[in-house]
Amino acid sequence: MDNNYNTIIIGAGPAGMEAAYRLSVFGIRTCLLEKEAETGGHLLKWDRIFPEGRKASEILGFMRKRIESGNITTITSARIDSIRKKAGNGYEAELATNEGKKTITADTILIACGFKLFNAAKKEEYGYGIYNRVITNADLENLFKTNSTGSIIGENRTPAVGFVHCVGSRDEKAGNRHCSKVCCATAVKQAMEIKEAYPQATVYCFYMDLRMFGRHYEDMYLEAQQKYGIRFIRGRVSEVSEDCNERIVAKAEDTLSGKPVKITLDMLVLMSGIACNPDSGKITGSLSIENDSDGFIKYADSIFGQVKGPGIFTAGTCTGPKTLPETINEAGEAAAVIYGYLKGNSNNF
Amino acid sequence: MTPDINFGFGLSKSSRINLDNADNEKFRELAAREPDILKCMACGSCAASCSAGNFTELNLRKIILMLTRGAEKETVRQLESCMFCGKCILVCPRGINTRHLIKSIREIYCRPCAEPETGNGI
Amino acid sequence: MIYEGKKRIWSEYQKEIPEDNYFYVRSCIRQNFFPASEKTFLDIVRNRLGKDFFETQHHTTCGGIAYHSDAIPQETVMTIIARQFALMTEAGYKNYACSCITSFGLYTETMETWKLFPELEAKIREILWKTCHKEFRIPENLAHASDIIYKFRNMIAEKAAYRLVNVKTGKPLRVVEHIGCHYAKMFPSRGVGGAEYPYVLAGMIESWGGEVIDYPERRHCCGFGFRQYLVKANRGYSLSNTHKKFESMAPFKPDMIITNCPGCPYFMDRWQYVISELEGKTYGENGYGIPVFTYEEVAGLVLGYDPWDLGLQMHQVAVEPLLDKMGIKYDPAKKYLGENGKYIGKPQMPRFIKCC
Repeated sequence: MDNNYNTIIIGAGPAGMEAAYRLSVFGIRTCLLEKEAETGGHLLKWDRIFPEGRKASEILGFMRKRIESGNITTITSARIDSIRKKAGNGYEAELATNEGKKTITADTILIACGFKLFNAAKKEEYGYGIYNRVITNADLENLFKTNSTGSIIGENRTPAVGFVHCVGSRDEKAGNRHCSKVCCATAVKQAMEIKEAYPQATVYCFYMDLRMFGRHYEDMYLEAQQKYGIRFIRGRVSEVSEDCNERIVAKAEDTLSGKPVKITLDMLVLMSGIACNPDSGKITGSLSIENDSDGFIKYADSIFGQVKGPGIFTAGTCTGPKTLPETINEAGEAAAVIYGYLKGNSNNF
Repeated sequence: MTPDINFGFGLSKSSRINLDNADNEKFRELAAREPDILKCMACGSCAASCSAGNFTELNLRKIILMLTRGAEKETVRQLESCMFCGKCILVCPRGINTRHLIKSIREIYCRPCAEPETGNGI
Repeated sequence: MIYEGKKRIWSEYQKEIPEDNYFYVRSCIRQNFFPASEKTFLDIVRNRLGKDFFETQHHTTCGGIAYHSDAIPQETVMTIIARQFALMTEAGYKNYACSCITSFGLYTETMETWKLFPELEAKIREILWKTCHKEFRIPENLAHASDIIYKFRNMIAEKAAYRLVNVKTGKPLRVVEHIGCHYAKMFPSRGVGGAEYPYVLAGMIESWGGEVIDYPERRHCCGFGFRQYLVKANRGYSLSNTHKKFESMAPFKPDMIITNCPGCPYFMDRWQYVISELEGKTYGENGYGIPVFTYEEVAGLVLGYDPWDLGLQMHQVAVEPLLDKMGIKYDPAKKYLGENGKYIGKPQMPRFIKCC
């Protein structure tokens, strides 16, 4: 098989997979690169997706089916050793794959390298990696998937569980000034799932602002309050420690009453935010496009999106936090723009 | 304990709310009778429009909050100033029947004196 | 608790602590509170470890107490510090070691401020020249004396006469470590192990055989806090902070507390007596309190110094339960005898907390 494509797609998460599918419908030949052994990106880690709580595995299964096309060459466990503009038109990438070194070329590049979950251990005061009962949103999804919340909570059928919003988001000191957009909805979803699993649990969400911005998200909030009795405390958790029974003691301010609060918990879930993928800097660096001060790739236009650089496009969270439907939408849009570009319409944005 | 020695100072009372004790029977009874109390999102519309709130400590937003935190004493007292005018019902964006809620709070939390006492505390 | 997780954090906060050749400055209050601590420190580093520590009688207070009580402005305190640096420069030293945590914090703060505002440093140099006709170099290295004991903790362990182990049960003693706020909270990178999980005292405890207790209020202030204590009307607030710490650590049943600050051991020691008088409550075993030590005192005990030579009779909370646990020999009759066997007086028996 020859190694020339219309488009190289970097990253086979939801954005890359969806764009590959859309482009294949247009008859465009793509090479879909994934550094991990499997396609799926962060969807692999998640159990259910808000707002309806659909199974991530079903969504992923559906997306994987759609990329089974003769127009798509998927290479997993692929490392990009170099990527550059060829003399004249198009791009060239040198890859290290399970089948050895390989050079591929294409007319266009779609960057869909996604995000990195914030490393919660950086917030030392939360004790992630130090206290057994402190976990992250991704850890909890894994516990849900494997039906093993008991490994943290134990036999207690009336546990107290806390969720800390904005871990590594809206936090200049942690290097992320931005809002990660999806964590509030994720926390509310996970809080309700805990109540489903442990109807007698007391569940607290510690938030700074509740950003339930999307369609049906406010309904989730209302449901969490009314149906599940989840308690919302407006205040950021400031200190976490362990008591002599190895339960978690968390401190925060209840900013609405202006009083400090203390609570003992059986599990504390840190809502690790969406941080930029540091790998994106290597890619954009070799392609002469820019990353913003927040580390995400810079849009050429704040309204119409896309990046500066002929034949280079982006989709998904490499340009900032997005929900799954937003990512899917952007992937579809990127496919349309790439199609137009390849047909000679360079006036895309 | 009365100290033999007068140090001239003593332990200060902590203002900290211990959420471990927040769940109490009274609140559960209230939530069963007034499930809409759980819908409050602390917007403050009720407190902003309250007839009594400008002249007394009465603040329904805070009262609901403190009850969910298990701290009842300091807040229930405030309800004595309520004139039951019902302005707060008009503004609540989540449609909580706040007037009825206040009545229930008084009935459950001020049991020995369920009926409004004479004088409104203003 | 996941020990590996703490080790990972500790590895991120390692500071350079020179081997030798220090200009050493004392604390203004420690010599009254814990009279043998600094003497013991110098004896250990000079005579047991063979290091060069220089002291001068011209050293004064760093001004920290006045600064933190709003009595003097920052320029004044900086000029006092500049003068100390001039003394170090004149003595030909580059490594500055201080005994006091607030001094350490203030020196760190001053050096950082001068880095960011060189014009302020120039102004202080000018003031120092006009007032004292002195010039100074900024120390190449600033260490707190506890950093130095931390650095030599394993050498001390090798020479140990006693360990932080209960001789009757063979189990490690359970030790609360309390770090002075001004050690690393302002500049976490300047403290061994950082500010959230400091290792400076934990390292000594581990090295000398004890077990570190991590309790919920470990980061909380001891209650000293300068203004809150200095004004009598505020002392209840000081006391309440100490009370909060003891309530939090009590369920862990600590055998002892080690501190690295002048104020902390004093307040955690003396307030135990006041709490017992006010509340009738004691936190140690059998009506005793939890003994509180400076790290020098503990190093001294480990190395086999006589407890009364270490000034442990000056503590409000009796240290004997701890000495017994460690198997340290002492003469109870000599507790209140000072130099040349002179009787130094003893505390009036409190109502609740056992004294001896």
